[in-house]
Amino acid sequence: MFLYIIKRLIQMIPLVIGITFVSFIIIQLAPGSYIDQLKMNPQISAETLKELEKSYGLDQPLLIQYFKWLMNALTFDLGYSFSFHVPVTQLIQERVWNTLFLSITSAILAWGLAVPMGIWAALKPNSWVDKFIQLFSFTFMSIPNFFLAFLMLFVAVKTGIFPTGGATSPDYDQMSLIGKIADRLWHVALPAFVLAVGSLAGLVRLVRSAMIESLQSDYVLFARAKGLPEKDVIFKHALKNALNPFITLLGFEIANLISGAALVEIIVNWPGMGMLMLDAVLKQDLYLVMGGLYIGAIMLIVGNLIADILLAKIDPRVRQREVEGILK
Amino acid sequence: MKEIIKYIKKNKLAYMSLYILVILYFLAVFADFISPYPYDIQHRDTPYHPPTQIHFFDKEGNFHLRPFVYKYELIDPVFKVYKINEDKIYPVQFFTEGEKHYLFGVIPTNIHLFGVKGDGKIFLLGADHLGRDIFSRLLYGSRVSLSIGLVGVLLSFSLGSLIGGISGYFGGKIDNILMRLSEIVMSFPGFYLMLALRAIFPITLSSVQVYFLIVVILSFIGWAGLARVIRGMVLSIREQDFVIAAKSYGASSFRIITKHIIPNTFSYLLIAATLSIPGYILGESALSLLGLGIQEPYASWGNMLSAARSITAISSYPWILSPGVAIFITILAFNLLGDALRDALDPKLRKML
Repeated sequence: MFLYIIKRLIQMIPLVIGITFVSFIIIQLAPGSYIDQLKMNPQISAETLKELEKSYGLDQPLLIQYFKWLMNALTFDLGYSFSFHVPVTQLIQERVWNTLFLSITSAILAWGLAVPMGIWAALKPNSWVDKFIQLFSFTFMSIPNFFLAFLMLFVAVKTGIFPTGGATSPDYDQMSLIGKIADRLWHVALPAFVLAVGSLAGLVRLVRSAMIESLQSDYVLFARAKGLPEKDVIFKHALKNALNPFITLLGFEIANLISGAALVEIIVNWPGMGMLMLDAVLKQDLYLVMGGLYIGAIMLIVGNLIADILLAKIDPRVRQREVEGILK
Repeated sequence: MKEIIKYIKKNKLAYMSLYILVILYFLAVFADFISPYPYDIQHRDTPYHPPTQIHFFDKEGNFHLRPFVYKYELIDPVFKVYKINEDKIYPVQFFTEGEKHYLFGVIPTNIHLFGVKGDGKIFLLGADHLGRDIFSRLLYGSRVSLSIGLVGVLLSFSLGSLIGGISGYFGGKIDNILMRLSEIVMSFPGFYLMLALRAIFPITLSSVQVYFLIVVILSFIGWAGLARVIRGMVLSIREQDFVIAAKSYGASSFRIITKHIIPNTFSYLLIAATLSIPGYILGESALSLLGLGIQEPYASWGNMLSAARSITAISSYPWILSPGVAIFITILAFNLLGDALRDALDPKLRKML
């Protein structure tokens, strides 16, 4: 197992280099840099500009700039943001917790509902419950999440039940600990609901079809023939086998924790990574955009890695092919 | 092809979706004829005009065969409160004269499907902050939003299937390089990559340029996943007898890939294309929504929705959300159709899902 993880980590190296290089090229292609904007300002002297260019390393050739950035990026030192005048790592750290809080809440909501709903639908295929769940999933799969966010904002404004922006109330600092938790949950409810409904709709369909297939298999027939109680058949035999493909999806979920919510964040004014990235792109803040791309891509690779390891741990067939394969 | 149509006809939902899509594309083609106003005509005296009600009975209860509308008078210019003036009726005229437009882009005419004469106005879905008719803009916007899906899929699928075909057919080093490349593209979070790629180009471009830019960006992101699937299919197809036969009579590699191998993946491509069109529509909407896509005064469903980013506007004038409903209907139709196609063409996939 250990060797397998090492092998996967080594495989990641060229990918990371490729990703960072591509994002670096993308940003270099962008017209003008932040320095150009400062040049327009007559109050800034030519010496200061030179100083700035030097301290950001902008006067060096492209490849050297890239390697400097890459070396630092490996230790999560992502350079300095031109427009916010603070290190990129610090900026991202400030925002990333809000984003993680939102996406983890919505992921728990989506998975927590999708699995029981999917099983329920699969147990009685073509019953009215199943048809209702399918209708639900088709409808909400097709509603764009930004549109759902607008609709929920409309409801929030009309009813006043939910706040319409931000992660905390203005008087958050004076609240008691329980008040603080309640306040955060109250603020996260609307965007988390929007995100959860979207992924729930897709997940339910998958859980349902995986369960139906699993329930028709020989091992379930055998478990039933053995006279096991139906509860054990469903949860211990059918569900366990049906959920294998979802480990891969879980990896995607981890990968999407940072970037998946971006558009909804922007619409509901959630102070997370989405807003930060949009600002960075609009202001041509080179290191900030690259930092965001880099962190997002790392999360994706790590997510896939975790999924592969879990899959190898759970599924003996995969373990045999992948893990024991390298030992020989 | 006949079998597909037969199968879709059996599936009622898919058949309905096909009809809805045909109607939507029809509306898009004839947008300038069907819409009562051009997309950029502003009625500054009626900002946020609510949707006009169509009446058949006047206030005395008399029935009119020809539907008519009342005039809406702005009584509070700050909060945009309107009062309906029931003194005068404005009959809805069909095939009436209006602003000049070019049918199919060439035939000059000033006939519109319907309209109201005089100082009465007909805004079926209300008006936006500049008093532009949302219904008309929705129709004009559908040209962008509906075509971008087709053009985007065409481009990324040609790219993806060609790269996947080359990769699978030749194998070895080429395969290795191309697949690493696709892995890199797939490792980026899609939305961030879209924003970053958009940032390469100046924010202010002409709308035609932005349109093609969006297509290129979305295709650049989209080809990788497809190329990997096609590669997998090609790996098994290339061992089959007809490929070996083609090789033996001396067909070139390019010919074998494009004439013999890729056509064998068509049924998969058709399904995947139908199911990925929504992604392109959403991508365009998202960019335009953030002000990075199609620019005013041109209409697209995304940039019309950007008016809804102000919370006061959503709560007071909810009709500005109607482009969202249009996006929803379109995506639902494509999803239902794609699902039915998958069932029809690929019983194997059906089992898997």
